[in-house]
Amino acid sequence: MELNGYSNKASHRLDLTFAALADPTRRGILARLALGKAPVNELATPFAMSQPAISKHLKVLERAGLITRDRDAQRRLSRLEAKPLAEATEWLVDYRKFWESSFTRLDELLVDLQTPPKKKKRKHKNKKH
Amino acid sequence: MYPDSFEISAPGEREIRVTRLFDAPRQLVFDAFTKPELVRRWLLGPPGWTMPVCEIDLRAGGVYRYVWRQESDGKEMGMGGVYREIVLLERIVATERFDESWYAGEALDTTVFVGEGDFTRMTITVLYESMEARDTAKRSGMAGGMAVSYNRLEELLISTHAG
Repeated sequence: MELNGYSNKASHRLDLTFAALADPTRRGILARLALGKAPVNELATPFAMSQPAISKHLKVLERAGLITRDRDAQRRLSRLEAKPLAEATEWLVDYRKFWESSFTRLDELLVDLQTPPKKKKRKHKNKKH
Repeated sequence: MYPDSFEISAPGEREIRVTRLFDAPRQLVFDAFTKPELVRRWLLGPPGWTMPVCEIDLRAGGVYRYVWRQESDGKEMGMGGVYREIVLLERIVATERFDESWYAGEALDTTVFVGEGDFTRMTITVLYESMEARDTAKRSGMAGGMAVSYNRLEELLISTHAG
């Protein structure tokens, strides 16, 4: 496991990423954008939400760097940006791996602690109980 | 939930919860979490790490301190805190702070042990002061790892078999 020092910038971006992801509508928007670019009206349809309401969500996603949006106001397309998501999931993977490895080791320790001494391999034949 | 499987979730905006079933009586599991000579045998994360420091003063107001060391390059990661509440065999509440955290504040860890027949269910809930703090504090010690696609993000938050 490598110890990287995250810069403050990357750390802040991760904050925004998790905040952005903590909303089911925004997660739904990201799932849709994973399939390709889309304009606001198309993104709004599955949620039966007004375009201004969807735009608010898009702003949060854009601020987190999870999407980028075209400047063209007429048919403003949003597209998914992969890097912030990769960073967020890296963190979760590592946290999960830490516990997974630790608990596997703990299972072994618990077996060890519950195994009576005489059943264990004797290292010294002359050792008295 | 089966033994070998555990669940990690983020139930609220400020929390991370890890729950796991162990095939052992509660006394043993509690000991494994609270006796330094036992803790340092398993609370190590992925292979390659040791725990040169493992100090536990298990009482309200007592201090604990963990330092992990990656043997390949000598890098160290430390954390520690103060116990707020101890109920033997049942519950440990302690503050948590990582040495290298960019976040200046603390989290509050609550570890609960519940007997279920011959098994013990352990649940740790880490409560941060804010969601931003949650994501900042944990990250500093847990870097690296592989990048995964967006679709796997949800998968990571549901239970799995460790084996």
